[in-house]
Amino acid sequence: MNWRTIFGLNVLPDFARGVHPPEHKSRTRDLPIETLTEPEVVTIPLLQHAGAAAECVAQPRQQVTAGELVGRRSASGISANVHASIAGVVQAVTAVPLPNGRRSLAVPIRRLAPGEDSNAVAPVADRLFGGVWAESDIAVARPLDILHAVADAGIVGMGGAAFPTDLKLRTTPERPIETLLVNGCECEPFLTADDRLMREYPAAVVTGARLAQKACGARQIVLAVENNKPEAAAALLAASGQFAGFRITVVSTKYPMGGERQLIPAVFRREVPTSGLPLDLGIAVINVATAAAIAGAVLRGQAMTHRIVTVTGGGVRSPKNLLVPIGTSFQTVIEGCGGVVTDARRVLAGGPMMGFTVTDLTAPVTKGTGGITVLSAAEIDSAEQTACIRCGRCLDTCPLGLAPTRIAHAVKFGDLALAQQNHLAACCECGCCAYECPARIPLVQYIRAGKVELAQSASE
Amino acid sequence: MTLSPEPIDRPQLAAATAPHLMDAGSTTRRMMGDVLLALLPVVATSIWLFRGNAVRVTLLSVGVALLTEAAVCRMRRRKLSLPDGSALITALLLAMSLPPELPSFSVCLGAFVAVALGKQAFGGLGQNLFNPAMVGRAFLMACFPAAMTQWTLPVSTPVATDGVADSAVDAVSAATPLAAAKFSHQFTDLESLLTGNVAGSLGETSAIAIVLGGLWLLLRRAGDWRLTLGMLGAVSIGAVAELLLRGREAGFGWLSHLSSGGVLLGAFFIVTDPVTTPLSARGRWCFGLFVGIIVMVIRLFAGYPEGVMFAVLLGNAVTPLINRWTLPTPVGGPVVLPRQPTSEEGEADA
Repeated sequence: MNWRTIFGLNVLPDFARGVHPPEHKSRTRDLPIETLTEPEVVTIPLLQHAGAAAECVAQPRQQVTAGELVGRRSASGISANVHASIAGVVQAVTAVPLPNGRRSLAVPIRRLAPGEDSNAVAPVADRLFGGVWAESDIAVARPLDILHAVADAGIVGMGGAAFPTDLKLRTTPERPIETLLVNGCECEPFLTADDRLMREYPAAVVTGARLAQKACGARQIVLAVENNKPEAAAALLAASGQFAGFRITVVSTKYPMGGERQLIPAVFRREVPTSGLPLDLGIAVINVATAAAIAGAVLRGQAMTHRIVTVTGGGVRSPKNLLVPIGTSFQTVIEGCGGVVTDARRVLAGGPMMGFTVTDLTAPVTKGTGGITVLSAAEIDSAEQTACIRCGRCLDTCPLGLAPTRIAHAVKFGDLALAQQNHLAACCECGCCAYECPARIPLVQYIRAGKVELAQSASE
Repeated sequence: MTLSPEPIDRPQLAAATAPHLMDAGSTTRRMMGDVLLALLPVVATSIWLFRGNAVRVTLLSVGVALLTEAAVCRMRRRKLSLPDGSALITALLLAMSLPPELPSFSVCLGAFVAVALGKQAFGGLGQNLFNPAMVGRAFLMACFPAAMTQWTLPVSTPVATDGVADSAVDAVSAATPLAAAKFSHQFTDLESLLTGNVAGSLGETSAIAIVLGGLWLLLRRAGDWRLTLGMLGAVSIGAVAELLLRGREAGFGWLSHLSSGGVLLGAFFIVTDPVTTPLSARGRWCFGLFVGIIVMVIRLFAGYPEGVMFAVLLGNAVTPLINRWTLPTPVGGPVVLPRQPTSEEGEADA
């Protein structure tokens, strides 16, 4: 509750604290989604999701079609299927660097007929998101069939965490899902992929959300969009207006509104238990891109082979919103946007607040890659690191109500117990604290290191 | 870190952890710069009011503080920390809190103690428990109690001197408004308190100058407004309570309490030092209120007419405790620690 709310000046749903970084979305927000020319080679990682890697089922020299299964989800626990994103010939399995810095085995696929772009025949965007979604098809879809279709298509959360969506939507009698929250809050600066998807293909998003609602048995759908995307909100409203129990909620623009632990308090005024899940409140949260993928999977049998990636930043020549086959290397995607300018300094998988630096551009685009941000030298902060002056700005901005400086300093001095007392494990690494820190202390880095140490000490 | 003109072929891209975007308006240097800017009207007014003495005390304090900072950095084999501006701020705050007639030797000693013992002995910027300027002042108070309570009227004050030239009466001894009120029940008019035409420390007499600079400080977020408001709020409550209990004649008055002595300088410039105050918003309210209460307790019940310095140092001393009590609870409750049921955060709704 801030003063604006008290005086009725700002009644948009909001969460406490957080930051307002410059948006930098103007480069790409008005550019329609383009489709990348089909690359010569894609490298499909077997691990693109939370949990265990998929098991390779493709043989070298095997000919595959686009959407054919190349990795079956591991039988042991959480996992997801992966598919060929282009038609071609399977090469020997190799290890590739992932955008998040880990490594994974991957299935390379070389395009079959060089020079012939299948996209020219049937535009992939239309196949995935376009056209009419027949109401009769939605009506006949049964919950279990939807879940199976979602699992078979290898759909995982496209907001970043890449948790298998079928597992998220699977409901149990003890823990029913009351509400499906569709997350259209693209709070990362620079990124516009979800915005464009909502503006250009609102029907796919709405249809996917309704199928997901059927699958999980939720009574209502709430689709949240920040107020810096009025066109998206209007498009969704037009596409969903006639459906009962489907509500579009415009929330205030603040980072990290797209985090479920921020969005749920903003929309429902309820807090997700720190050691729990939204499910504990009867809420399932899916991203708008995930919703669109569900629609394609259930009604058109489309596997998760493509995703929309915003390629942006001052370091890239012509920024774009690109529909990219999964497994395309960062290098190929960036070349598809005219390459980089001379003073490009950092390539990020994702946006600047939570994105990972990618130093090996052979890394492939995965299901969780929502953006490629190339920062130029001018866009990189040059302020010097100083001693902590205890200004408390990290506490004033932490959306989870933590004391980042205390956690970071406990980790720095090797006191893991103290770090835990200060709720080390609760941190979502959104980066608000480090964004605001006048001393430029790498708070998130310390906290990540602390979590790694914690995991190591737990496994010993 | 350099990148070739054909970078995509042979990228030499830097690795770094997120976030890759920082608030350009939030840097330590800028915060220090804003504090210095905010101090400008205070220092200027003190020079206008006290002329030569203000210049002498300020220059000596700044010179010695900077020299001390440089010498200690050398001794500790650390990078020279002068550019961060903190030593300069300490020196100015100390100077503004000293009586105009204080002998030069004492000023130098105070500046040395403030920087060397008040800050660097703890480990430099960010590490000190106590406000360095107040440490220096407390040291002087203990060493030179007479000189530290010797007050003179500002040079610019028109004094009826029966034809003696202004420059001849370089210093007219006078009691501070608070001492006059406390010991001889003479109340100073508000106008003098606002413009600063009263006896007192170099920078504390002019309410207008302090508020002017202080508002800049708060607007630029170089200091937390909760600290200022908490302290002023507690002083206000104490002042109103005094009026109610002692009556309109005996009481000093609300605005007079606020604008006399070191309350304004303390509320805007001393308690807003982030290093020595609590971290959380709630903690800052507590700190501000605590300091304000101690100030009023000293003013109303103790032997000293004024107590901002003691109140701030006491507040600094309880800051770790306030921090302990006021750390925020995480959204969604504390982390459940399955293997440590005896750990501290057992009270909440886990």
